[in-house]
Amino acid sequence: MEFLRDFFLFLKERKKWWLVPLLLIFLLLGALLFFSSGSALAPFIYTLF
Amino acid sequence: MIILGISAFYHDSAAALVENGKVRYAAQEERFTRKKNDASFPVHAIRFCLSEAEYSLNDVDAIAYYEKPFLKFERLLETYYAFAPKGFLSFAKAMPVWLTEKLFMKQVIRKHLKNIGALKKLSVPIRFPEHHLSHAASAFYTSPFERSAFLTVDGVGEWATTSFGMADRTEGVRILGELHFPDSPGLFYSSFTYFLGFEVNAGEYKMMGLAPYSNASSKNVQHFVQCIKQHLIDLRPDGSFQLNKAYFAYPVGLRMVNDRQWEKLFACKRRQPDAPLLQVHADLAMAAQLVLEEILLNMLRHVKAQTKARYLCMAGGVALNCVANSVLHAQQVFDDIFIQPAAGDAGGALGAALAVAHIGQNTQPETNHTPFSPYLGVKSSHHNIVQLLRTHHCTYNYIENNDDLMQQTAHHLAANKVVGWFRGRAEFGPRALGNRSILASASHPEMQRTLNLKIKFREGFRPFAPAVCAEDYDTWFEPGKQSYYMQFTGKIKQAKRIPLPGGFEDWSLDEKRQFPKSALPAITHIDYSARIQVVTQEINPDFWNLLQAYKKVSQVGVLINTSFNVKDEPIVNTPEDALACFMKTEMDVLVLENCIIEK
Repeated sequence: MEFLRDFFLFLKERKKWWLVPLLLIFLLLGALLFFSSGSALAPFIYTLF
Repeated sequence: MIILGISAFYHDSAAALVENGKVRYAAQEERFTRKKNDASFPVHAIRFCLSEAEYSLNDVDAIAYYEKPFLKFERLLETYYAFAPKGFLSFAKAMPVWLTEKLFMKQVIRKHLKNIGALKKLSVPIRFPEHHLSHAASAFYTSPFERSAFLTVDGVGEWATTSFGMADRTEGVRILGELHFPDSPGLFYSSFTYFLGFEVNAGEYKMMGLAPYSNASSKNVQHFVQCIKQHLIDLRPDGSFQLNKAYFAYPVGLRMVNDRQWEKLFACKRRQPDAPLLQVHADLAMAAQLVLEEILLNMLRHVKAQTKARYLCMAGGVALNCVANSVLHAQQVFDDIFIQPAAGDAGGALGAALAVAHIGQNTQPETNHTPFSPYLGVKSSHHNIVQLLRTHHCTYNYIENNDDLMQQTAHHLAANKVVGWFRGRAEFGPRALGNRSILASASHPEMQRTLNLKIKFREGFRPFAPAVCAEDYDTWFEPGKQSYYMQFTGKIKQAKRIPLPGGFEDWSLDEKRQFPKSALPAITHIDYSARIQVVTQEINPDFWNLLQAYKKVSQVGVLINTSFNVKDEPIVNTPEDALACFMKTEMDVLVLENCIIEK
């Protein structure tokens, strides 16, 4: 939560809202890579796509 | 107020402890882990700072990290976006570390600190001063000035690669202008470091040492300078510049430059790290050095025009280029220039802590009436040293009286023996300044070769630096900027020089190196320059006493002072490191505080 608050304040200060979707995509991709490497979620990820 | 400064995760991680605005301890992590330029979180350096001050983490009022990770991340994203689809490989390599670690720096710092000790005050603030603000604070608050301009120049921080502004004990540090990535003086210079086969972020000083083997006014060098100015860089009258991105790969690539284009431009193959050094390499190093000096001089004039300040403080990796610093000082744009000993990123830990301590606070920091002491690191007790020597069954001579110790050591030096000198607190910064030094006669003609090949195991072309008492400076060197921290070079006095023979320019690099150029051949570089450490009784009484004792015995008040380490290893930190280094080299004598060990 602290990270999200800090990052929100940073974006507000810098007025760089266009970074939000980019960051969300990266975080989703990151999460996908993380879960696809040997986690219990791995078998379901292929079927999602 | 106790502030712990931290720099980490890029290169040269370090920690510094500042109490009530005064620097108490500082150390680089590499000295403890024995990994050169170690970038890992400075666990050992933090432990050292806290234990020396007899504090725990719970006593710390604020933690200062030396840059803003979010701003750096913004730069990365915008740069990759601007260059896309180029740079995908570099992007794919960088992002996982950012998305799992660097972006969450607060959490990462807390996690590491938990491993050091209980962090009961979870509310202890973690501040993130900007990279160049940290550099500026490290330069100004350690300087003797009440008010000065500052110029910070390095590879890159967040966005800024260069910044300038005004600093004042009352008003704090104000940044007035910046140059942004990818136009970077540091990365411009490092591109040549890469092309000449040296390691980027580590081999820049080797390239600086190579340049004088060339002649600045030679046709080849002038041709290279023209090539650089015509194709690589557009210098602007306001001190800024723009690099031609077609030639540089570093913004999003895994290499510094586009090798093929550079090879075509300079009609010279990129040198492989182990390949022999040729005259053309020295010429290119000289051309890069000349252009860097021009860039910095333009910047200095702009800073002067904007600030009208009398004095200047400099920091950032480029401020470690002592040859350029001397050129800047000689131009007398400012009355005086101050550069603290840890001007690179390690000093960022110090600067971040000083920035948090002073900027935006109601207290007015005092002007420094004594020179900033670089002796902020590890110290060893007599008990520990004796125990170590006994464990290793070393025969040693304990000399209780310091004067006797100096005299005996001076006699060893006068007999042309190489002495490992370990006394007092370790230095903060890349240079050994008389507490973790290898010392030897500067007047012996074979000493440079002996030290390079038998003790330091490093490249033969690299010169050694001299240490001299302030009182004897004028005997050996031309008048010039005197530095306690080896941040400037000076010239050997005319009367002490040996004129170069005819046709010298056509000699090979090795022949040029071997020719004795002065009465102090071991420390005289090919252009009669030397990176001089001036020692006063105030800044380092022990070392000053040794130099005086040596002068009495040898009539020469100058010693070689090179860092106590071998090639590619960090400077020794503890007596254990010193003894290990002593045993694996052909050093003759080791002085560990008041114990003398002879081979």
